[in-house]
Amino acid sequence: MTYLWGGMILVGIVYGAFTGNLQAVTEAVVSSSGEAVSLCISMAGITAMWTGIMKIAENTGLVSFLAGKMRPLLRFLFPRLDPDSRAGKFICLNFLSNCLGLSWASTSSGLTAVRELKELEDTARKTDPSGWKKGAASNEMCTFLIINVSSLQLIPVNMIAYRAQYGSVNPAAIVGPAVLATAVSTGAAVIFCKIADRKRRHS
Amino acid sequence: MKIISFLSSMMIPFVLFYIIGYGLLAKRDIYHDFLEGAKDGLKIVAGLIPTLIGLMTGIGVLRASGFLDFLGDALGKITSAAGISPEIVPLALVRLFSSSAASGLLLDIFKEFGTDSLTGLTASLILSSTESVFYCMSVYFGSVGIQKTRYTLPGALTATLAGILASVWIAGFLM
Repeated sequence: MTYLWGGMILVGIVYGAFTGNLQAVTEAVVSSSGEAVSLCISMAGITAMWTGIMKIAENTGLVSFLAGKMRPLLRFLFPRLDPDSRAGKFICLNFLSNCLGLSWASTSSGLTAVRELKELEDTARKTDPSGWKKGAASNEMCTFLIINVSSLQLIPVNMIAYRAQYGSVNPAAIVGPAVLATAVSTGAAVIFCKIADRKRRHS
Repeated sequence: MKIISFLSSMMIPFVLFYIIGYGLLAKRDIYHDFLEGAKDGLKIVAGLIPTLIGLMTGIGVLRASGFLDFLGDALGKITSAAGISPEIVPLALVRLFSSSAASGLLLDIFKEFGTDSLTGLTASLILSSTESVFYCMSVYFGSVGIQKTRYTLPGALTATLAGILASVWIAGFLM
């Protein structure tokens, strides 16, 4: 992350200097940092709303029920994660809300899942110091993130709306092909994770 | 089409109704639970502010310098030799960083080529089958202070590339 971020800024400045866009770069620094704060403010409400709702679902046992149904999937993707852990439950919740296209619910549950995974890793580090150092992602985190960004959404609602708005003959015809393309990207993600997880086992 | 948009507009109200109804039936103090969860959520978002400032400034600088356009154009020339229209590559590239910027490019493509053209269809599929990799990674990892992301980025890019190739192929097949 350090090199990626550093590289982005340096490449931007060097390229901007060559093309005479340095003024635009300067403006981008001011406006983007401001945008980031307003994004956080606008996402604060809806994220808190969903973490609140999910707390209800968790305390009533609804989350455990759903996670129970998804246990085989969880076992397959995260063989070393206790499927009854809070992390496991929130991973299920995240995958589920992603599939349904509830993007804010998936962000909220994803953030909780990652935090739980980190706590598991911290506890594991106490008993087994040979593991990954603090600040490094565990295999479970890598798998979770990769599957997450492989796009799980089944019905691309926004896309259908955009297509309708721009005069598509049949805007919803995108659903079938989109499911197929999403299946390919998620399939590739699963295969990659299974191979990487096997190769880089640290314990 | 009508059924799908009806179902998707019903989704959030239905989920809320179900969870809250279930909670009431279970006789839980659901409002207390809600407040507790919402407090956690706010803490998480507050912790995200520095991450997002860093990330969005980086992306902003890269876009403003014109480097992304340059890279997209250069790669577009290569892929157009393979029969993929040059507008697709910049879209896929921007997609990695920002969903909203990618949507902007998508609408430009719709305006120029139409939604049901090969380019429009490919673009729709790409945006439906990929995610903003860098944004998600920094939000999730940033929220727990992970710096070493190990094999996440190669894996995420593999998945994205697979999604893009599948989109190009499926769109070509459909046309």
